[in-house]
Amino acid sequence: MPPLLEVRNLKVQFKTQDGVVNAVNDTSFQLERGETLGIVGESGSGKSVTALSLMRLIPNPPGKIAAGSITFDGENLLDYSEEEMRHVRGNRIAMIFQDPMTSLNPVLTIGRQITESLELHMKLTGREAEARAVELLNMVGISSGERRLNDYPHQFSGGMRQRVMIAMGLSCNPELLIADEPTTALDVTIQAQILELINRLKNETGTAVIIITHDLGVVAGMADRVVVMYAGSIVEEGPTSEIFANPRMPYTIGLLRSIPRLDEQDGRKLTPIRGMPPDLINLPAVCPFSPRCDYFVAGKCDQMVPPLRPVGPDHRAACLFDITLETPIPSQESLTEIAEVA
Amino acid sequence: MTTNGDGSGDLVQIRNLQMHFPVTKGIILQRQVGAVKAVDGVSFNIKQGETLGLVGESGCGKSTTGRAILQLYRPTAGSVIFRGTDLTKLKGEEMRRMRRKVQMIFQDPYASLNPRMTVGDIIGEPIKVHNLRQGKEVRVRVQELLQLVGLNPYFINRYPHEFSGGQRQRIGVARALAVEPEFVVCDEPVSALDVSIQAQIINLLEDLQDRLGLTYLFIAHGLAVVKHISDRVAVMYLGKIVELAEGRELYSQPMHPYTQALLSAVPIPDPKIEKRRKRIILEGDVPSPLNPPSGCHFHTRCPIAIEKCKVEEPPFLDYGNGHFAACWRARESIDLLPGAGATSVAPSATAAPMA
Repeated sequence: MPPLLEVRNLKVQFKTQDGVVNAVNDTSFQLERGETLGIVGESGSGKSVTALSLMRLIPNPPGKIAAGSITFDGENLLDYSEEEMRHVRGNRIAMIFQDPMTSLNPVLTIGRQITESLELHMKLTGREAEARAVELLNMVGISSGERRLNDYPHQFSGGMRQRVMIAMGLSCNPELLIADEPTTALDVTIQAQILELINRLKNETGTAVIIITHDLGVVAGMADRVVVMYAGSIVEEGPTSEIFANPRMPYTIGLLRSIPRLDEQDGRKLTPIRGMPPDLINLPAVCPFSPRCDYFVAGKCDQMVPPLRPVGPDHRAACLFDITLETPIPSQESLTEIAEVA
Repeated sequence: MTTNGDGSGDLVQIRNLQMHFPVTKGIILQRQVGAVKAVDGVSFNIKQGETLGLVGESGCGKSTTGRAILQLYRPTAGSVIFRGTDLTKLKGEEMRRMRRKVQMIFQDPYASLNPRMTVGDIIGEPIKVHNLRQGKEVRVRVQELLQLVGLNPYFINRYPHEFSGGQRQRIGVARALAVEPEFVVCDEPVSALDVSIQAQIINLLEDLQDRLGLTYLFIAHGLAVVKHISDRVAVMYLGKIVELAEGRELYSQPMHPYTQALLSAVPIPDPKIEKRRKRIILEGDVPSPLNPPSGCHFHTRCPIAIEKCKVEEPPFLDYGNGHFAACWRARESIDLLPGAGATSVAPSATAAPMA
């Protein structure tokens, strides 16, 4: 059976006053039915733009999908007309956004916002849709759904709004749910509630999930497979356990070393990644991480963009060298950088 | 070094600090109809040279506590004793002079720097205001400070928009340190930064503390960050401190069910540990501080609450080794809640190589 989603050589660009920003460069990945894929990266790494392209929601202009294909259930979404795409969005692919405050319409009741897609995609009548909406609210843990249908978003707390978003996302039994930083705006105890909810619903409905986050902890608990993005490219990809136990890209290694952990031993010193992410306008054809890399080798890393290559079973990394957690960091003149402004 | 004089080594003593914001009704004839009890009677000490972490969820009053300590808000009641002086009683010139000793680093490096001032002006202003250097020496001092926080001294004529978030936060740190303070309140200094940049700022703060002998109150919602940087940690919920202990003690032997739930909710970046962990999932949301629940404020969400919790407020008691908690069931809670705390998974062999 072909994978549910197959992205090939996706390239997304934005035209700005300063030049063309290459937000996503030649990105390929796939997703099986029922699988949970985590996409990790920092701001500007292209993870959200990737998600928006899957839904064909890149604002055009200034943005455009410049190349590549997005094959969903055997068909290339990029060939779809806007009309056909509308039947996919919310119906077969649904999305949950980061900020539940701004992604709900403040002047429509919660009930109206949930029933809208039910009436459009599932062709339910008003009353049927309302009954289904109450069911959905109960499913995501909002009690007395009948009463709350007539409430407006401002009457809900942040966590409750995110539950409403999830109810809307799942209303048409999508085959794929994209969650873009679903818990970033929430407190940690509410985050635990929402992640548990997504996990439970995933098991009940068998929906495939793409979870986008900058929090490696969230990915560790949720995802079957992880894609690490940096400067618009995938730099490592593999099963979650492999990525954490045996990361092979210096960026992933650097990330794991730079975050404080709840279970760490006392007196551990964090090892930050020096410098900052590159400017996406004039990306030179070198390894994008090379200016910050501890394992940088002049004459190699600054000659080409390293391709994603297999480094283990189902595990790929974009590094020319076989670097692991055990590889000692070569000594350098000075690691306390005087950061330079480009 | 001189401290408050009681030999305890405390630099700051906070006693029954309250910060209530009035809620008024009416436009011309405003009458007070209630109060948001953002901080509702907190007491703790900060020792000379230590980092005290203050954690809690949004709206729990942790930032307000930090601001009320520095008198950026005038507290409704209570006292803040810094080196024997009650800051809440100081006015005008005395207060202004005291501000040299107590400084703040703000959360948002984009909003806390004036976009129309150069870096030299931003960092130089407090130096001039407090007459610490004259004439050309101001610039020399600013350049020293830039170097101290890891920025190129050559940046002195640039404007904030020319810097990245991490660099701006360094400028904020340099500005706070410009007046040679003894006590710095760091209010979520890394929350707005990317993960790879956070570690740079955390290391900088630690390094500066070692070099300059600073005392920090480190306010944050990220429990892992607070654990990393703090000597002692206080946990706040709805305007009150519910638990305070040495960092290691608090994270391994949490007594308050809220602390236990918080710790169990933090994801650990290790799939093996995540699979084995049990979570305490709290029901519902934080109640409104406008009308907090009776008795123990946490009883509405507490998985082990008893009748007494709804009626009587638990006292904030020392359960030994300076481990304070405000819970009627503090001694038994850890046995009642499976999965309490982060260390329900002992640091395993898989975690070690990453450390």
